[in-house]
Amino acid sequence: MTTVHIPLPSVLALAAILFCIGLYGALSKRSLIIVLVSLELMLSSVNINLVAFSQLGAFPNLRGQVFSLFTITVAAAEIAVGFAIVLAFFRFRKSADADDANSQKR
Amino acid sequence: MVHFFSHGDSLAFYVLALIILLSAMLFLQFRKVIYMALAMGAIFVGCAALFLLLGAVFVGIAQVMIYAGAITILMMFAIMLTNHEATESVSAFGIRKGLAALGAFLLAVILLFTIRATHWRQSLVVNTDTQHNVDKIGFMLFRQYTIPFELVSLLLLAALVGAVWIARQTKEEKQD
Repeated sequence: MTTVHIPLPSVLALAAILFCIGLYGALSKRSLIIVLVSLELMLSSVNINLVAFSQLGAFPNLRGQVFSLFTITVAAAEIAVGFAIVLAFFRFRKSADADDANSQKR
Repeated sequence: MVHFFSHGDSLAFYVLALIILLSAMLFLQFRKVIYMALAMGAIFVGCAALFLLLGAVFVGIAQVMIYAGAITILMMFAIMLTNHEATESVSAFGIRKGLAALGAFLLAVILLFTIRATHWRQSLVVNTDTQHNVDKIGFMLFRQYTIPFELVSLLLLAALVGAVWIARQTKEEKQD
């Protein structure tokens, strides 16, 4: 048991800013890979929230950390399938830009 | 605000937050896709350091292994297998980028104001013992959360098989 002086609102603010940077990246970047990675950034910032509440919240317990482990696993599964789709799309269309993903025709 | 900086751990937190936000800014600034991937790796390592600082040892190490290790390398492979010379357009500010920036900025303002307006009750005494953290998470995963744990393993298997199935070369593509 140690005393921690990190203020909870600062951690939440960091996570909120990271989430918004991820949102901006996902909406504005052209490369499909970077869009997927921005989604990962958003998930990671949510993890910061979960861990912060689980350690610094009013009633600290480890449930938040277990949940963040599940989030990390699901994020890894999502990024694997996402990159597989990007690779298939690249072979199909010879491009990995989000702008080119607008029709199903070759 | 001044007395926050007088403690070692909160000073470390602010330095870490600065590093993470700087890497995120670099991520948005870079034009080459491969540099963006590197900046993202830096952000993930920073998040892992933050978890360790908060005393969440297991999650911090898992973050290093899965995000900073596996996902960053997977990112590099995906970039190398597709158009690895790809750059973001230099065109200053299209309508799409403007709207995206406006939306993200508005969301950030709303979130920050809400965080500021809420009164957070914080526990000042935190258990940062490594042994305790890892033991308890193990017990929780295998006693209380056994079924979700097994379901996640099923999901991982399905994702693995699905990824291989989606990314494989079909017969008609080989003939081209």
